[in-house]
Amino acid sequence: MQVELRNITKRFGPVVANKDVNLTIEPGEVLGLLGENGAGKSTLMNVLCGLYEPTEGEILIDGRPVAFKGPGDAIRAGIGMVHQHFMLVPVFTVAENVILGIEPVGRFDHLDLKAARAEVKKLSTEYGLTVDPDATIETLPVGVQQRVEIIKVLFREADVLILDEPTAVLTPQEVDEFIQIVRSLCDAGKAIVFITHKLNEILEISDRIAVIRRGEIVGSGDPKKLTRPELAEMMVGHPVDFDVARAPFAPKEVILDIQGLTLVRDDGAVAVDDLSLQVHSGEVVGIAGVQGNGQSALIEALAGLRRPVAGKVTFDGTDITDASARERHRMGIAHIPEDRQRAGLIGNFTVAENMVLDSYYGPPFAKGAGINWGRVEEEAAAVAEQYDVRTPSVHAAAAHLSGGNQQKLVVARELSRDTRLVIAGQPTRGLDVGSIAFIHERLMAARDEGDGVLIVSSELDEIMALSDRILVMFKGRIVAEYAPHEAPVDKGTIGLAMAGAAT
Amino acid sequence: MTVLLDKARQRQTRITGIILLALGALIAVFLAPDASGVATFRLSRPTDVWPVPNLVVPGGAFIYVASAFLAFFGVRLFLRGGAKWSARLLGIGLIIAVAAFLVWATAGKSFSFTGMLQASLVRAVPIALGGLAGVLSERVAVVNIGIEGMLLAGAFTGALVGSLAGGVAGLAAAVAVGGVFGFVLAALVVTYRMDQIIAGVFINLFVLGLTSYISSQVFQEYRALNNAPVFRAVEIPILSDLPVLGPVLFSQNIFVYGAFILAGLATYYLFHTRHGLRARAVGEHPRAADTLGIDVYRTRYVNVTVAGMVAGFGGAWFTLGSVGRFDEGMTGGRGFIGLAAMIFGRWHPVGALLAALVFGFADSLQQKLALLGTPIPSEFLAMAPYIATIVVVAGVVGRARAPAADGKPYVKE
Ligand SMILES: Nc1ncnc2c1ncn2[C@@H]1O[C@H](COP(=O)(O)OP(=O)(O)OP(=O)(O)O)[C@@H](O)[C@H]1O
Ligand SMILES: [Mg+2]
Repeated sequence: MQVELRNITKRFGPVVANKDVNLTIEPGEVLGLLGENGAGKSTLMNVLCGLYEPTEGEILIDGRPVAFKGPGDAIRAGIGMVHQHFMLVPVFTVAENVILGIEPVGRFDHLDLKAARAEVKKLSTEYGLTVDPDATIETLPVGVQQRVEIIKVLFREADVLILDEPTAVLTPQEVDEFIQIVRSLCDAGKAIVFITHKLNEILEISDRIAVIRRGEIVGSGDPKKLTRPELAEMMVGHPVDFDVARAPFAPKEVILDIQGLTLVRDDGAVAVDDLSLQVHSGEVVGIAGVQGNGQSALIEALAGLRRPVAGKVTFDGTDITDASARERHRMGIAHIPEDRQRAGLIGNFTVAENMVLDSYYGPPFAKGAGINWGRVEEEAAAVAEQYDVRTPSVHAAAAHLSGGNQQKLVVARELSRDTRLVIAGQPTRGLDVGSIAFIHERLMAARDEGDGVLIVSSELDEIMALSDRILVMFKGRIVAEYAPHEAPVDKGTIGLAMAGAAT
Repeated sequence: MTVLLDKARQRQTRITGIILLALGALIAVFLAPDASGVATFRLSRPTDVWPVPNLVVPGGAFIYVASAFLAFFGVRLFLRGGAKWSARLLGIGLIIAVAAFLVWATAGKSFSFTGMLQASLVRAVPIALGGLAGVLSERVAVVNIGIEGMLLAGAFTGALVGSLAGGVAGLAAAVAVGGVFGFVLAALVVTYRMDQIIAGVFINLFVLGLTSYISSQVFQEYRALNNAPVFRAVEIPILSDLPVLGPVLFSQNIFVYGAFILAGLATYYLFHTRHGLRARAVGEHPRAADTLGIDVYRTRYVNVTVAGMVAGFGGAWFTLGSVGRFDEGMTGGRGFIGLAAMIFGRWHPVGALLAALVFGFADSLQQKLALLGTPIPSEFLAMAPYIATIVVVAGVVGRARAPAADGKPYVKE
């Protein structure tokens, strides 16, 4: 089945998200869609999957124009999408999620869960998507949830699969498995649209690449002939410097001292087990590890969002084990949370309001019992400009920004004030290469100015590019430590430690 | 590490232990000396086909035994701990305490236990149906504060139409009017995105005002308009002759049977059918449902309208199922208690029904106690069962989780 987008334009009020886009998708082919944050990739694909109606233009399937009134129509036409933010019901089982909307039923509308399970099993063996049909979604790691999303689309017999940043939340191993899955889908004759910000992935799996910038298609090409720097330049419009400039490593006093920290997850399981580590001023410490090994709990505890069961945390000589989030913030600890939508932003608040979430209560923003909104907006506009947060205005709701720009908003808020210690969880998740380079630069600048920086990331490349010291976390403990400035380490060694080989 | 965790749990079970111990002591000190003579619980009427003998309990002895049990449970929990047992023992302990209380109040007298159970069921009906209406609408994420108003509207319509055209017509009209208010609520919150709480309060105030006005202005003049026939008990052959169970379960009017049948149907609908699955998806993650081609708005309209019909049916109980006439504000907050039953029942139809039965029991218990003439002021008696219920539910049922999108409007892109 061939799909063609012809002269698609999509506007949200004054914002033009897509402008006169022409694109064809061929069966048996992986089309890589590349573009910086807010370029309009998700919007374009939401038009294709029937969630948005295009302002102008039409969609043709095998040469015949179609009009989608809603996602149901697109599904019936054979187009399925795995969204950037998963669309799974957390309390339902895998099978229930898969069949939702096109349930097999018996008499009296009775759900045929047996048939559903069988179908899930069949699809999962056919395409190598291992998953237990009876598991509840909320208990599954994101990598598995993603397989469920793919099975969901396959169950609807889609011929065109749109995958919006499928690898952003995956661990390196999961990415490898994922690429295998995409290959087998492709061999089965499906057409695949693959959106990502990771240039090496797109070069590895796509058959054709289209680049979108500020809503328009600005180029396309053959991945065999393109290189990373060329792609990056096509995307952002100017050459991108991939190397992070850094001053020589000159650590000073210990700024963060964690001793014997023990944390438990909400379900009572041990997340961090008697962990000790130190961060020096002027040093970047990177924590590598497969997701779910206690990194999230560690970050929450350091930000004052999770009470330790045991252990002591000292910041610059002061015991902050029981300090509140605001106290920590006032001492100069910046916190970039892992999950921006849960802990970083308030979606319904404007960009300006989100920008002062941490500082509205003091000067210069507080005015008696009120808030000096003029001042807030001025400041927010300046910071948004400085951090390249693409937003129509500071009055736009944060939820309407593209994923990457939401992330930049959080980073901007946290780094734009005086800090002494930066705690960053997945600081560049979902960002384009230009923005990644920019945020890396800011983190490096913080270090060079004498801040301590603690980064947790499942992106090994990121850890290796930034860290003065690399720690590997496994099952709540530090299992390996490397100092790249003393002896270079390679990805393989760290990868093995991440898988628990060092224990 | 695990030691630390256990400590927190242990403290909890210890507190539970102390509560049980204190309860045992209270009963022994205050109730036992007062309970001279035997308490006689009548289980069957003289006219019954298979009569069973009365339950005769020696007051003082029973209360001492009860307090000994409570003390034993308390000490066991305090010393041995065990989180699993703490909830169960608390539940059993409270049941024992209630029994002891009942024996104390009845000591030296006699009263019909079967009659009390029967009354419990009857009193549970509006609460159960209100709770069921709550379950149906909150499962699609519409908070329905308007149930009280829908019950009242059903009661009023039942009386009015019932007086004019007979009971069946009255019942049908009550269900229809409930449905209309359900539809209005859906329109306000789904289409016009009004705040759900405000929309519900609006319905309550509107119905209260309108029915009060009409009943005081019109019904006073034309009494024939407020004199509806009452649905009599329907005896189920053979089963209704069973001792105790017969009168309690199989000799009730259609509202009691209706509550049970509807709870069963709703369970089947929500958890075993295609449309139920979709409804729950809409309540948990409307955007996900939308991306799969499920019409979120339509689902909410349908479910909230049906919820209104269930509430309308429950409302008819007040008039057609009970006294045959409408009085101002006669629902007396049952709709809100129904919402409590929904929460205690963990948003499950059967759970809501069971919770409603507990409330119904509490309700009829306090009435019987008032009749038995205990020295405790009746206001306190009216309060005590609810407090006990809350403790049981908080301790035994634990924390429940509402549908994730509950109360949130859904905005289509
Ligand atoms: N519902 C909406 N209302 C208003 N503006 C919107 C809406 N959705 C998207 N936009 C705007 O449209 C533009 C394109 O957004 P889109 O989400 O398509 O970007 P993207 O290419 O997917 O970016 P990212 O890589 O960060 O996910 C952005 O400027 C965004 O602010
Ligand atoms: Mg996107």
